[in-house]
Amino acid sequence: MVEFPGKKDLLAAENFSVFYGSNEAVRRVSLDIPEGLVTSIIGPSGCGKSTFLRAVNRMNDLIPRCRVEGALRLDGQDLYEQGVDVVMLRKTVGMVFQKPNPFPKSIFDNISFGPKIHGLRDRSKLAAVVEKSLRQAALWDEVKDRLGDNALGLSGGQQQRLCIARAIAVKPKILLMDEPASALDPASTSRIEDLIAELRGKYTILIVTHNMQQAARVSDLTAFFYEGNLIEFGETGRIFTKPREKRTEDYITGRFG
Amino acid sequence: MEIGTRKILDRSFSSVGMFAIVLMAVSLVILLQPVIIRGFGAFAFRGTVEFREMMFDRFGRGDENGIRKETIEAELARRPVYDLVEAFENELRDADPDFQTKYRSEFRDLKARLEELLGPRARDSDKALPRKCYGQTRWDRTGKKLHDVLFIESYDHSDPSKMGTRIFTPRAGYFKGTSLEPLFDILERDIEGMMKPRPTLYWRFFFDESIDSHFFGGIWPEMLGTFYLSLGAMLFAIPFGIITAIYLAEYSGTGRFVSLLRTCISSLAGVPSIVFGLFGLAFFINTVHVSDSKSVLAGSLTLALLILPTIIRASEEAIIAVPRGYKEASMSVGASKWHTIIAVILPAAMPGILTSMIISLGRAAGETAPIIFTAAVSVGKPLGLLQVFNQPTPALPWNIYNLATEHEAVDEIRHIQYGMVFTLVLMVLMLNLAAILIRARITKRLRG
Repeated sequence: MVEFPGKKDLLAAENFSVFYGSNEAVRRVSLDIPEGLVTSIIGPSGCGKSTFLRAVNRMNDLIPRCRVEGALRLDGQDLYEQGVDVVMLRKTVGMVFQKPNPFPKSIFDNISFGPKIHGLRDRSKLAAVVEKSLRQAALWDEVKDRLGDNALGLSGGQQQRLCIARAIAVKPKILLMDEPASALDPASTSRIEDLIAELRGKYTILIVTHNMQQAARVSDLTAFFYEGNLIEFGETGRIFTKPREKRTEDYITGRFG
Repeated sequence: MEIGTRKILDRSFSSVGMFAIVLMAVSLVILLQPVIIRGFGAFAFRGTVEFREMMFDRFGRGDENGIRKETIEAELARRPVYDLVEAFENELRDADPDFQTKYRSEFRDLKARLEELLGPRARDSDKALPRKCYGQTRWDRTGKKLHDVLFIESYDHSDPSKMGTRIFTPRAGYFKGTSLEPLFDILERDIEGMMKPRPTLYWRFFFDESIDSHFFGGIWPEMLGTFYLSLGAMLFAIPFGIITAIYLAEYSGTGRFVSLLRTCISSLAGVPSIVFGLFGLAFFINTVHVSDSKSVLAGSLTLALLILPTIIRASEEAIIAVPRGYKEASMSVGASKWHTIIAVILPAAMPGILTSMIISLGRAAGETAPIIFTAAVSVGKPLGLLQVFNQPTPALPWNIYNLATEHEAVDEIRHIQYGMVFTLVLMVLMLNLAAILIRARITKRLRG
């Protein structure tokens, strides 16, 4: 386990496994993710990194025959205990997906969708939330004059920032990002990375990425997954310069993956 | 494969596609052209003085003085005909028995045909059947009836190996040498003066009730009936259909029971409509007693059953086709499953669902068999909104069938039948057009 002095652990996995049927996609992973930092998860395709990420807001519940073992705690509360309100959990744990997936609605309706679900009805308060979220997602200046336009009319990069704005509009504690820039061009990718840097500190960010340079650029901590196992977890600089494990070194130097 | 072969295959494939499209367009034109041209004949035709008199008597329409003047003029033109007939009648009464036997039955036949053409001489609008009160109201029918007066129709059966051939012999020849002989020339020469045909636009054809089982008047009860029936069917089928589709797409999973259910629904779509009709009679009327006998309600329910499978399957496909991302995005901000379905999935699936509705609406409006036993009658009044629960109604598809086959005077009122076909096609096209426009708007809003 790594030490980050002064940072409280927000998310803690303990011997946490995820099964798809009989296939164990995540194997007895234990790690603690500190609050307010950016943690990236890297690893070759099929290593279980996305599965782990989607376990945090229980998105895997949508997949039939998927079950978990071990414990995954958020603020000390086990997420898979009986009686956990998934709706409240997902409000606390926001998510941004690989492919930008705005609703086919107006920009305003996209952002206000979450707050409305959680009971915010007042039009002016909604407008304030929309503006704040769009500003935080660095999209406000580009769309402030056309909030009523359909979100699908935005460019791919703008759509992805819109999705980030939509996620933070419900004020989550953790923001999960599943390869958020992999479908975008380099310019949009760099804007997303800048945005992640800006959001650092306000939210605890967990990001899955294929792009090791990206992990190195944006994250404080890096976890390396391989075949469902957590191989190594530590401060990003150290992982990329002095990996302790042979497999980590092989992966980041491009010998496989 | 050789590049040349690939090109040839490619080209022949696209030309076959083109051919299919052209073939479809041509058959559509060939189909619609007579429907439109003949359909127009129902309300745009040359109406005779009889038509105007009938309209005045039965609907109180038209200028009374003008019609009276016209009637007197027509009467004047007809006088020589009536005089000749009267004279011959007297002659026949006083003639010797041989003469009487020779002409009596032929003369009776001629008089009957003349009355069909010109109407009874003494107008008495209280006669039992309105059709007996007037002569021919349409100029095209006048021509046919005039032909009946001028010629005797008979069949030549001399060659037993063939069907009898129809032959027309001039009636004038039969009455040659009698005082009636000039009648036929006068009729042929002065028929315009006797009938006074005039271009008539009877647009109220669509909004008039029928008189004397479609001899006169319009088709409003039929239009209204079709409207009630198809709308009623949609009212029942859409909510159930969409809810079932949601259940199948989002909740049911993939159990054996569910796949059996799916198979049942698909098979239901292939059940012949007459079977649905009988089922509707047996179930809704005889078992559940939604009404004492045929009613719009029972017909709507039966039609709803008929279109339900289409709506379910098409809506299910539309819901499944909604990108997974929408659902994930909605769930990821904390929406419940139900909320996700209502607020995200259904709106995104709406164009597909609407398509299923368009198809079903056209089908419900045009189906005949299911309503024969459950809702349709040949003649009826337009129904009020509350009467739909216990009253049967005329409806366009059924009345088209009825007028084409079962009506006692099929040939006399073809124009009404054409008008009904035209109206039904027009109604379905308009309903479809409306739905297509709505769908286009929704799709545009979804695309941004």
